[in-house]
Amino acid sequence: MDITLHTTFLPHTDPEASLAFYRDLLGFELTMDVGEGAMRWLTFVAPSQPDVRLVLNPPAADPGITDDERRTIVELMAKGSYQSIILATKDLDATFERLQAADAEVVSEPTEQPWGVRDCAFRDPAGNMVRIDQV
Amino acid sequence: MTSSGDDAHLRTLVLLRRVRDRIDREHARPLDVEALARGVHLSAGYLSRQFKAAYGESPYSYLMTRRVERAMALLRRGDLSVTEVCFAVGYQSLGTFSTRFTELVGMSPSEYRRRALTAGANELPSCVTRQATRPVRNREAPAVGLHLA
Repeated sequence: MDITLHTTFLPHTDPEASLAFYRDLLGFELTMDVGEGAMRWLTFVAPSQPDVRLVLNPPAADPGITDDERRTIVELMAKGSYQSIILATKDLDATFERLQAADAEVVSEPTEQPWGVRDCAFRDPAGNMVRIDQV
Repeated sequence: MTSSGDDAHLRTLVLLRRVRDRIDREHARPLDVEALARGVHLSAGYLSRQFKAAYGESPYSYLMTRRVERAMALLRRGDLSVTEVCFAVGYQSLGTFSTRFTELVGMSPSEYRRRALTAGANELPSCVTRQATRPVRNREAPAVGLHLA
């Protein structure tokens, strides 16, 4: 077996805001931009990790999802209880300063966690929890 | 696709999220429900009701829980006394801290510290450890189910 992590997904509610967050603030490269309006699929890679893709997709776009289910998903996103991702950087303080200066929603300032990780946390524009570990 | 009523509800949920994140961020500082409500331009009563409807506990209760959660982490480290931990997590009084801690964790802070220092460390992603070590309200009555609605 030779399995690698290839593509992972996060939902967006405002593609332009998410594009600004992941590309302009965090430095991901946009490699694909499919669809239009709210129905856009944005594919990103980190410059140092071009074979792992992060796709931002419209929430609950699957036609098999009912209106009630869609409403629940969108509510969970708004209240910040839906999706999360952990990113990593060598320079946590610079990353934090950059995001804070751009008025990103800070959840946690750089902190030494008791389990041995130093991390900070933000909300992305869709309410996803984005934790960033120092590595 | 969504009505304006749904949009208003979603905007309120976003404000509640900001309040909860602020509690996570600033729980060690002097913080009360009035200040939290002012920060998102809501009344304290409305914030408390909406927050409880969304997250299952009031913002005051969530603030206290977060302080106890942080206290648990600091006590597990072992290099701070119970009194030092009490003030580090934002409590003004050792008595209030001990009462709330015991209520949530099921044992006093000093007993928790003693037991934790003999237990092993864990190696999980930070978000998982945070969930796993989060204090559970009413631990003395674990049969109570989750609020799913």
